[in-house]
Amino acid sequence: MNKENEDTSFYTDSGRYRGILAWLMSTDHKRIGLMYLGALLSFFSVGVLLGVLIRLSLIAPGTIFNAQQYNQLFTIHGVMMIFLFIIPGIPVAFGNFLLPIMIGANDVAFPRLNRFTWWLYLTGALIILLALLLKGGPPDTGWTFYAPYSIETKTNVTLAVFGVFILGFSSIFTGLNFVTTIHRMRTRGMSWFRMPLFIWTLYATGWVQVLATPVLAITLVFIILGRFFGIGFFDPSRGGDPLLYEHLFWMYSHPAVYIMVLPAMGIISEVIPVFARKKIFGYHAVALSALAIAIVGYLVWGHHMFTSGMSDTARVIFSFITFLVAVPSGVKIFNWVSTLYKGSIELSSPLLFALSFIFLFSVGGLTGLIIGSLAPNLHLHGTYFIVAHFHYVMFGGAGFSFLAGLHYWFPKMFGRMYNEKRAKIGWFFLFTGFNVLYFSMFILGYQGMPRRYFEPPPQYHGWELISTIGSWLLATGLITIFNNLIRGLFSGEKAPANPWGGRTLEWTIQSPPPAENFKESPVITGNPFGHEKDRQNG
Amino acid sequence: MQIMDKPNITAYKTYISVWMALCILLAITIAVVKFNLLAHFSVAGSLFIASIKAGLVLYYFMHLRHEDRLVKGTLIVAVATLTLLIILTFSDIWYR
Amino acid sequence: MKRTDRMAESGPASNIKGIDYTGKKISMWIFLYTELLFFGCMFLLYAIFRSQYAAEFHISAKEEDIVLGTINTFVLLTSSCFIAISIAAIRQGKKRVSMWLQFATILCAVIFLTIKYFEWNAKIVKGIYPNSDILLGMGNGEILFFGLYYVMTGIHGLHVLIGIIVIALMVYYTHKDVITAVEFAKLENTGLYWHFVDIVWIYLFPLFYLVT
Repeated sequence: MNKENEDTSFYTDSGRYRGILAWLMSTDHKRIGLMYLGALLSFFSVGVLLGVLIRLSLIAPGTIFNAQQYNQLFTIHGVMMIFLFIIPGIPVAFGNFLLPIMIGANDVAFPRLNRFTWWLYLTGALIILLALLLKGGPPDTGWTFYAPYSIETKTNVTLAVFGVFILGFSSIFTGLNFVTTIHRMRTRGMSWFRMPLFIWTLYATGWVQVLATPVLAITLVFIILGRFFGIGFFDPSRGGDPLLYEHLFWMYSHPAVYIMVLPAMGIISEVIPVFARKKIFGYHAVALSALAIAIVGYLVWGHHMFTSGMSDTARVIFSFITFLVAVPSGVKIFNWVSTLYKGSIELSSPLLFALSFIFLFSVGGLTGLIIGSLAPNLHLHGTYFIVAHFHYVMFGGAGFSFLAGLHYWFPKMFGRMYNEKRAKIGWFFLFTGFNVLYFSMFILGYQGMPRRYFEPPPQYHGWELISTIGSWLLATGLITIFNNLIRGLFSGEKAPANPWGGRTLEWTIQSPPPAENFKESPVITGNPFGHEKDRQNG
Repeated sequence: MQIMDKPNITAYKTYISVWMALCILLAITIAVVKFNLLAHFSVAGSLFIASIKAGLVLYYFMHLRHEDRLVKGTLIVAVATLTLLIILTFSDIWYR
Repeated sequence: MKRTDRMAESGPASNIKGIDYTGKKISMWIFLYTELLFFGCMFLLYAIFRSQYAAEFHISAKEEDIVLGTINTFVLLTSSCFIAISIAAIRQGKKRVSMWLQFATILCAVIFLTIKYFEWNAKIVKGIYPNSDILLGMGNGEILFFGLYYVMTGIHGLHVLIGIIVIALMVYYTHKDVITAVEFAKLENTGLYWHFVDIVWIYLFPLFYLVT
């Protein structure tokens, strides 16, 4: 059985190409997923380094970077983390690898389009890299590229924005591919309500990618047109309105956070039942809540603009809808916790990361309600409170879920096991460091420290220092975690097909999977997520 | 076997009839504006006629008449999304 | 009935053939939704600025040549009809008819772009183009109107140009029997794209030419 592993898995080159070309030209969703994973984690590492540098600068402003460089630092940190890591994130790494397998198909609907999205991603990344290196220097506008400064600044905004534009198309085509795949390629017997919950979230995310990203695309085009042709839609001296930029920008960028977090929630829905040895509580509610979050989350973008000069009417409407979107999110949290209740808990590292998600995302979500309320927002907008909030949901939420997925599906993807103890040690430093780093920011924000400031006024130095120390703990945790995984990759023990006792289709094939996922299409009989007596398929 | 799910072939005559209707609607649009037939509602009228033309193109040329619920449903979702974006933005623009 | 072709598609053999016809069609519609949002936001900006500068938009629209605009609208409508019939033709195995109609579509598109060129030229020669001193000397409403005009008809024109290239590719595919009476999804999807481009112009026309 074991001798089949390396010999006949998808790692074996077949077809016209050999070596690195066999990967770059591959249309195999598994290879594309792994290449994406490698790229994502590389950019993530750079982003972490930038974050550590930002924190260093804040406790000794001016000693390493001047003010202009500091602006560039947080801009690039944001651009890389958001557009090169967390938005492509879980869909391109885990979605690509697992979606076809989990629905019993042999690839996505459009494998060549899939490969094209990977090339687009590389192209976008390269263009952004050029923006960092060429004369003019990295952009200093913040990742939000607000007009009018983004139109006027001499830094390489056009290049950076064009890179993001290309990345946007990578995202759109990924979403399109996944939606079509889920509609048309589910294996026999797998009706919609027999799909794994991760697939539900990929479906909802696909729609958000398709319907929201074009708004970003046109907004970025307007920036470029403004810089080159003097098109002044956001320029009051030409009749325009800077607020329109904010509307258009956040029309994408708010749904974007659901692109980040919905698949993350899908991973949690996969991990918790397996390690609680209990089926998910309220499958239908969890499935439909993904759609609800996608829909309602599309309509809340104005809550990024409460202090910008919008009408009161708009502010009230957006605040109200923002509160609504917490409801389906709450449904998921409630159902995950209910799944754990009276379960037979096995606290392996995937579950540890998943439990962290529940805690950290809840903190982020609840603070989101605070800043979603109009009156507190007046005080907290543009402060470190916001920075803390979004790091809790994006990093504590989506980021930790990414790690949960990585630890959960590592045996399947690489055919090896990592060291469980080291994983937990890494987790400990990461989790502790994370909270020290970011909870301090809630306090700083509450005390009035504005974000994106180069030089914190002296009264904030205490919490700034604590936060920076947190960043070192966090970095230590990340290094431990990835060191562990890399060691597992090369010298971990060989993984069986189903090390965790999972019930979804990926655990029925070998680790790592063969090039052609299923020799014969699986047929689903019975409902794997229904009551015990209904279940016939393991 | 694959042909089962493909829609009926539309007759040339249908396409040409639709084209003629579109041309007539175009003429009406021009007339409405040139002769100021709707006064204040000229623009609204033109857009209304434009929507009928778009509807004809969608229904006949783009074969929406043969499509299943999925295509029709997702089209409604996409249009509804854009509509909501416009309405919510105007909740700011109009009430400042 | 839908499940029949999907069930027939499940299994390794399906992945050699690839996704089914319905899947190809749905994916094209989904792509069109992205285009709908893309153009839609431009129309949103138009709506906002027009609500703020209604009078100036009326005045500026007089710069447009209604005759040329009407001809262009007629040309695009006709091209839409051509490509629609070309699909019906190939589905009946009438390969040459289909190719000629596709070619006629391209011809219409070229006429459209040519007229567009003359329209733009007429304005540029008068000094009305983004960032020109003459334009900036006008009121805000005028500046916005012409900014929108160039951006929206420009991006639309770019889509027409892309359409020409894609339809030309379809002519080649039809010639090479890649597109046949049975396998015509590529042409149908191209048609969908082209009709969408037509619909965008159906809305652009009244908004820029008829708001006088």
